[in-house]
Amino acid sequence: MSNELEFLSRHVASGKLSRRDFLGRAAALGIAAPFANALLSSAARAAGPVKGGTLKAGLVGGESTNSLDPALMMTQVPFAFGKCWGEMIVELSPDGKLENRIAEEIGSSKDAKTWTLKIRDGVEFHNGKTVTAEDVAATLERHSDEKSKSGALGYMKGIQTIKANGKEVVLTLKEANADLPYLLSDYHLIVQPNGGKDKPDAGISAGPYVVKTNEPGVRHGGERFANYWQGDKMGHADQIEVIVINDATARTAALQGGQVNMINRVEPKIVDLIKRVPGVTIRNHAGPGHYVFIMHCNTAPFDNNDLRMALKLAIDREEMLTKVLRGYGSLGNDFPINASYPLFTEIEQRKYDPDKAKFHYKKSGHDGTVLLRTSDVAFPGAVDASQLFQQSAAKAGIKIELKREPGDGYWNEVWNKQPFCASYWGGRSTQDQMYSTAYLSTADWNDTRFMRPDFDKMVLAARAELDEAKRKQMYHDMAVMVRDEGGLILPMFNQFIDATGAKVDGWVDDPHQELMNGYALAKCWLQA
Amino acid sequence: MSSPVVKLIAQRIALGIILLLAISVLIFAGTQILPGDVAQAILGQSATPESLANLREQLGLNDPAYIRYFRWLGGVLIGDLGTAMSSGQDIATSIKDRLWNTLFLAFWAAIVAVPLAIILGLIAVRYRNGWVDKLISGLALASTSFPEFFVGYLLVYFFAVKWQVFPAISTVYDGMPFGERMQAIALPATALTLVVLAHMMRMTRAAILNVMQSAYVETAELKGLSAFAVIRKHAFPNAIAPIINVVMLNLAYLIVGVVVVEVIFVYPGMGQYLVDHVTKRDVPVVQAVGLIFAAVYISLNIIADIAAIVANPRLRHPK
Repeated sequence: MSNELEFLSRHVASGKLSRRDFLGRAAALGIAAPFANALLSSAARAAGPVKGGTLKAGLVGGESTNSLDPALMMTQVPFAFGKCWGEMIVELSPDGKLENRIAEEIGSSKDAKTWTLKIRDGVEFHNGKTVTAEDVAATLERHSDEKSKSGALGYMKGIQTIKANGKEVVLTLKEANADLPYLLSDYHLIVQPNGGKDKPDAGISAGPYVVKTNEPGVRHGGERFANYWQGDKMGHADQIEVIVINDATARTAALQGGQVNMINRVEPKIVDLIKRVPGVTIRNHAGPGHYVFIMHCNTAPFDNNDLRMALKLAIDREEMLTKVLRGYGSLGNDFPINASYPLFTEIEQRKYDPDKAKFHYKKSGHDGTVLLRTSDVAFPGAVDASQLFQQSAAKAGIKIELKREPGDGYWNEVWNKQPFCASYWGGRSTQDQMYSTAYLSTADWNDTRFMRPDFDKMVLAARAELDEAKRKQMYHDMAVMVRDEGGLILPMFNQFIDATGAKVDGWVDDPHQELMNGYALAKCWLQA
Repeated sequence: MSSPVVKLIAQRIALGIILLLAISVLIFAGTQILPGDVAQAILGQSATPESLANLREQLGLNDPAYIRYFRWLGGVLIGDLGTAMSSGQDIATSIKDRLWNTLFLAFWAAIVAVPLAIILGLIAVRYRNGWVDKLISGLALASTSFPEFFVGYLLVYFFAVKWQVFPAISTVYDGMPFGERMQAIALPATALTLVVLAHMMRMTRAAILNVMQSAYVETAELKGLSAFAVIRKHAFPNAIAPIINVVMLNLAYLIVGVVVVEVIFVYPGMGQYLVDHVTKRDVPVVQAVGLIFAAVYISLNIIADIAAIVANPRLRHPK
């Protein structure tokens, strides 16, 4: 790198030279634009975050029925706004490790049954009170209570006792769980004064922004919290705003017109068009989310593993990935885990094989059509994907009959009720969470009706295992079992596709959730 | 004012009230026909027989339908629309802001659309069958024939993305400065104007042309009045009743038919509110919004009727 360029890029970063001038000078020195741009962004990062301005996000996934109660958060807007005003006990860092937030230290007994959280000193709530161990304990208690209707209740049920003890919170579990810290990073578990027991939707926590406006389904706004405990790392913009834009076209238009600085859920089919817009950057990265066709293993005709195997072999994954996701995703292999999980191991890729499918179909003895229910809301492009499935299966001699269900009521009437339908999963942060949520015999959301006592035992054993190598092997065996005997057809993992407008800096891809795991507004800044 | 007019107006109002009651019965019945009941909808997946029974008791769902209807109607009459199932918020409070926003948008769209449509109609009559008439009619019909989401997206593409003169999204909020608010609603108001323009314009044109065939218009022309003066003084006042009728119909559309436009421009009005709650099967909200829409529609139609009665000289000056 020439000294002159380096000098110039520092000038741009400090605002003495415009970006356009820099690119012109770089071109004069014979540097290609992409490289010059890369140079510029590294200089900007090195120069550090810029404080000030208003950062706005236009997001899908907000309704007038949303509430600030963290227990009730379900969709993207409350999730992303929650990360602005809320502070977590522990969080996943972009590289997949655990990052201690309000808990300064997390330790466990050897049997992974008793866990101790040491609470950080000097963290302040927006209402001026200091965060105490009692607040953390109360938060966990509230989310363990059936009455709170918390989205984290499923995991919290596994905690037997919660005790605040000085500066520590001690948790004892019903069964050993080596993944407890990961569970505590669930986005519902925002620490609130007295756990939010007094007023769950008060919107008070210890995050980088104080809630200023809260108009559910319209917009949410926050102002930087002056006493934030980590002000150098988060909360760069003076104000942040989340505007609810559920319409995909309006969202893109708002980004192009400059009304917002970032948007979520860019549709794969328009990514290539948006890319060409000056100033707009597509931020796509792999995550654990996946699109699926699910069969109930206990319902005829899907109670026959040969029929399930025939259908798994009769789907053309590569075609679906290129046509439905336009390449913004990766191939699925009929188990719900991919490289974004910490303990992932490779298993041979299943391929489209009409001959083998025909063989298994014949062996199953099934005759007639197979009814697949689908809908636009199952996942973006689900109807197209179902038609592709129908065609590729026809080549193997399997007749799939498609039934298009109305989007309204799909999640109540079809998913988890009908024996064969299209659906999606957002993924979880650990294998244990994913398998416990949807593959344990007792799980409410066991949407493939995969009822296998031997599998359940493996889940529980892996959960309690602290030796990583052994655990990896256990998860490998479980994955093979789901892949070869389960009711899941998983053609593809989707990517998160966000986009940012001009001047947004500080973006770091995060494999856990869209918008940098929800932290985009809190961690990004506007170039001066 | 003489008694036949008063009597007619009183009749219309009474009819309107009866109609509104009938609609409230229909709305209530419609929501009862839906599969499942409110208790099931609230509890969703986590419903157990005991919790369902408890909640039904608590919500009074075990009473016969007519009792529940009168209880609901009684609440509505004193301004209590109940609470939303999904968020537990008071419906009347949340609807107030939304309704105000929708009325604000409709008001400005009407301020532009109604005079524009009438003036264009008058011009079209003046130059009837000439190229001006054909151009005006052609453009107006074209803008109405396009579905409103298409018109909306075209406006967004040119005015928000290409030239960046107006914002693509029309989020408005309390305490927003008036200028900004007007800028925010510029595009949705334009889209609405384009959608309702042709109907009013064509009706104005047709109504005046109808009158233009009369003998007294010919007399006026023979007197040597200019073409515009004939239309303004003699034709228009006599054509006003049908014009008011169509204007009112379109005003009603501006309020109750804006769902699509509100969704495209992300405008926080009644339409968005309704869509959000329909997808959640939030029956009390859907009932309340349905009733309000019906009330707006009926009252605007009553106003149109009354205006037509008042504008009719035969009724105003009985023998």
